Amino acid sequence: MNKLRQTPSQTLGPYFAYSLSPEQYGYPFNSIMNQQMVNPFTEKDAITIVGKVYDGAGEVIPDALVEIWQNDGEKQLIGRCGTGTDIEHRFVFYTLKPSVYDGQAPFLTVILLMRGQLIHSYTRMYFSDELELNQQDPFLNTIPVDRLSTLIAQKNDLGYTFDIHMQGQNETVFIEI
Amino acid sequence: MSELIYSVFDPEVQPPVLYPDYASTILRAPTKPLMVLKKSLVELSGPVFGDILLRPLDNDLTKNAIRNGEPIGERIVVHGTVRDEWGSPIPQALIEIWQANACGRYVHKVDQHNAPLDPNFLGAGRCLTDAQGNYKFYTIKPGAYPWGNHHNAWRPNHIHFSLFGANITSRLVTQMYFPGDPLLQYDPIFLSVPPAGRELLLSTFVLGLTEPSFALGYRFDIVLRGAQATPFETK
Repeated sequence: MNKLRQTPSQTLGPYFAYSLSPEQYGYPFNSIMNQQMVNPFTEKDAITIVGKVYDGAGEVIPDALVEIWQNDGEKQLIGRCGTGTDIEHRFVFYTLKPSVYDGQAPFLTVILLMRGQLIHSYTRMYFSDELELNQQDPFLNTIPVDRLSTLIAQKNDLGYTFDIHMQGQNETVFIEI
Repeated sequence: MSELIYSVFDPEVQPPVLYPDYASTILRAPTKPLMVLKKSLVELSGPVFGDILLRPLDNDLTKNAIRNGEPIGERIVVHGTVRDEWGSPIPQALIEIWQANACGRYVHKVDQHNAPLDPNFLGAGRCLTDAQGNYKFYTIKPGAYPWGNHHNAWRPNHIHFSLFGANITSRLVTQMYFPGDPLLQYDPIFLSVPPAGRELLLSTFVLGLTEPSFALGYRFDIVLRGAQATPFETK
């Protein structure tokens, strides 16, 4: 059978918030996913992930939309957060650290969408405190050593910090998924 | 036996990441080649939205934000089917849409276009496809609006679509355009799509979908990329 042609991708544009993340941005429509992938007040194992998205001039991008998908066989979680409401244009997620699954070190799948992207980008976020598992991970071992740090969130007092760079010396490793 | 088949974004119909005529891509498009990932069970799964709380008017933008009257503009109804590349319908795909009002003004706080807001129109909707992959939205035909990409730049009439399909490889964000729009030939976002893909972004007017004395009918079918386990014959 002939394959059907894929519907082409188009940019998210700047005005997505009142449909895709309305509660976060204060619009009168309900959100069906948000930054609380788990409730940080009731889930004792909740972790916080904080980051910024930078453009090729090193400026923080204030109109990106970040989505996180995770599945470790036990729990499947989806989250979504725009960078337009935080005073520093950070994204913040509350979730659980996934366990080892399918022979891979724990990671989150990150989907990044924004004005100026004609096709969304995918990347992965790994955890700096899983050194041993990261060192054995089959995917991480295919990444050039000097770019590896772009995929690893750093643990600190706040939780985990994961900045995304679209271009430049620290350009994040984006993934064909 | 079966084998897992997956496909990448098809360069014959998909836009490039960098398209300088659309100026915002210059500082936001990744510059390095994508790393190829052997798909794992994580990418071959995705969120299931079957049990989300959809409200009765979520797919009716002509009614879901009424305050004191009907929204202004030409009522339309958009029908479509969501399929994978092998033609199978995708049930329970989440479709979220957003758009400008009939005057070309978005509700979004950042939109500074000097055209009126409509107190009875938000411009946001969502639905899940049914068991046959079908969806339907009632809305108002969006207006064109100016933007700052270049001198006298206007976006053609369009509705933004966001889709989650069977797994996260099939994630798609796109825009639906209207047939015969004279602005399409000047729009770098539309023209970023190679010629073979452009007509896939055009809805078609269908008299048979038009609801008498109520709304003009358009069809916009969507094909999602992605992996699926497909029967594979070996000799």
